[in-house]
Amino acid sequence: MRHSPVEILDAKTREKLCFLDKVELGQGKSLKDEDVLQKLPVGTTATLYFRDLGAQISWVTVFLTEYAGPLFIYLLFYFRVPFIYGHKYDFTSSRHTVVHLACICHSFHYIKRLLETLFVHRFSHGTMPLRNIFKNCTYYWGFAAWMAYYINHPLYTPPTYGAQQVKLALAIFVICQLGNFSIHMALRDLRPAGSKTRKIPYPTKNPFTWLFLLVSCPNYTYEVGSWIGFAIMTQCLPVALFSLVGFTQMTIWAKGKHRSYLKEFRDYPPLRMPIIPFLL
Amino acid sequence: MGRLTEAAAAGSGARAAGWAGSPPTLLPLSPTSPRCAPGAVAHACNPSTLGGRGGRITSETPSLLKIQKISRAPWRAWLVLAITMVRFYMEKGTHRGLYKSIQKTLKFFQTFALLEVRIVPTSVLVTGVQVSSRIFMVWLITHSIKPIQNEESVVLFLVAWTVTEITRYSFYTFSLLDHLPYFIKWARYNFFIILYPVGVAGELLTIYAALPYVKKTGMFSIRLPNKYNVSFDYYYFLLITMASYIPLFPQLYFHMLRQRRKVLHGEVIVEKDD
Repeated sequence: MRHSPVEILDAKTREKLCFLDKVELGQGKSLKDEDVLQKLPVGTTATLYFRDLGAQISWVTVFLTEYAGPLFIYLLFYFRVPFIYGHKYDFTSSRHTVVHLACICHSFHYIKRLLETLFVHRFSHGTMPLRNIFKNCTYYWGFAAWMAYYINHPLYTPPTYGAQQVKLALAIFVICQLGNFSIHMALRDLRPAGSKTRKIPYPTKNPFTWLFLLVSCPNYTYEVGSWIGFAIMTQCLPVALFSLVGFTQMTIWAKGKHRSYLKEFRDYPPLRMPIIPFLL
Repeated sequence: MGRLTEAAAAGSGARAAGWAGSPPTLLPLSPTSPRCAPGAVAHACNPSTLGGRGGRITSETPSLLKIQKISRAPWRAWLVLAITMVRFYMEKGTHRGLYKSIQKTLKFFQTFALLEVRIVPTSVLVTGVQVSSRIFMVWLITHSIKPIQNEESVVLFLVAWTVTEITRYSFYTFSLLDHLPYFIKWARYNFFIILYPVGVAGELLTIYAALPYVKKTGMFSIRLPNKYNVSFDYYYFLLITMASYIPLFPQLYFHMLRQRRKVLHGEVIVEKDD
């Protein structure tokens, strides 16, 4: 068993926090990073730097909270619970089919997300800063309430082109939801359970994954598509704005992911764009 | 203004740090002070004192010509505004009609201040909030809601803005000339204590006065039902805007108080060492 002395210093102030004169190397593996001290290119003394990340919260907790909110909040508006609309509308039901359809689609979307968080996703990081949960929940819950208010409003106006528009939009929505799910499964299969390995994703037999030929993050592409479909279905401006903001954020993420793929893999397919084929 | 050109051309590139946005902004301590060697400003000085929130001097510091242009135009505008306001009041003995007479100049130069946001990349957020709130007041309140133009509260914030801007721009200008009279620096770091709350009071009272007109006319608002299933009520938007002053104002005010302590207090320490 190899032993080495270990000095622990504060990253900012460089002051010595403690000194361990006999540490068995190979232990002290952090849960997040599977680098083994033994395999690190250090001599017989290793200096470790620590940094206080501040209050943290697990990714899974954040995801579950931020997705359960919209699911619940939308239903409050759908069932027209008291004090939202005028009292004569309490617990009434909309006479438009598209409103019921929209509720099903919205709820399905967030149930899907919750299940994926629990059973599908393999996270690179265990935790994120605590303040993120407030920021994220405000965003998701706020927009959900804003959209749901108008779609379930007694004065809601159905789409201009009627059933045709709704059918087309529904088709877009369903296709993009299936696509998004396929990508999540494909990404999951890339990475063995409990590991954090990163590999280039490639198309599989599933036609929805063929978007990998053109795009680094097809999950985001499909996500934007779903919301565009939902916006067309409901013909509701707040939904369109939500899609726009989401698209902006996902583009930033996709570009970052694309850049790190390019950095990490020399043989990364040159045809691929971050989020929109050929364009963005 | 010819002197400004000469002095500015005399290699005072380091002092270009002054152009980092609206209050709270600080120049580095005078280049002759022992803490800051000329040219070493970017590194030797505490970066958080350089122009607003942690401004940095980089090789992209605006050119001197640009700075001259900036320093001259708003300077003149606010001086003109102040003089016009004083003369109007002396001639007419009332503030009624004052806004009407100065509105063109005010709108032009307040909108022109947008340039300041672009030229100063580091404190975009702070400057942006300041400039956009001024543009909001000028275009969306006083310009659009004519009945409130003769309110006393309008004069209140106009006076506050005018005095603040004249103090601020004279501070920048004199610093560029490397001849900063102490009283200008004193004014710049003390006037705000009164002017800022006065300005805020003027703005809030004006918005409050505008509320009945907004409600009555339903201006800038969309109602349901409509094709795009959206609604916007300018009246509630104004209420929310007024409420937002509550978290924002103290933050900015205390930040400026802290900057003041740093600059004026910092001066004192240097003198002691000497």
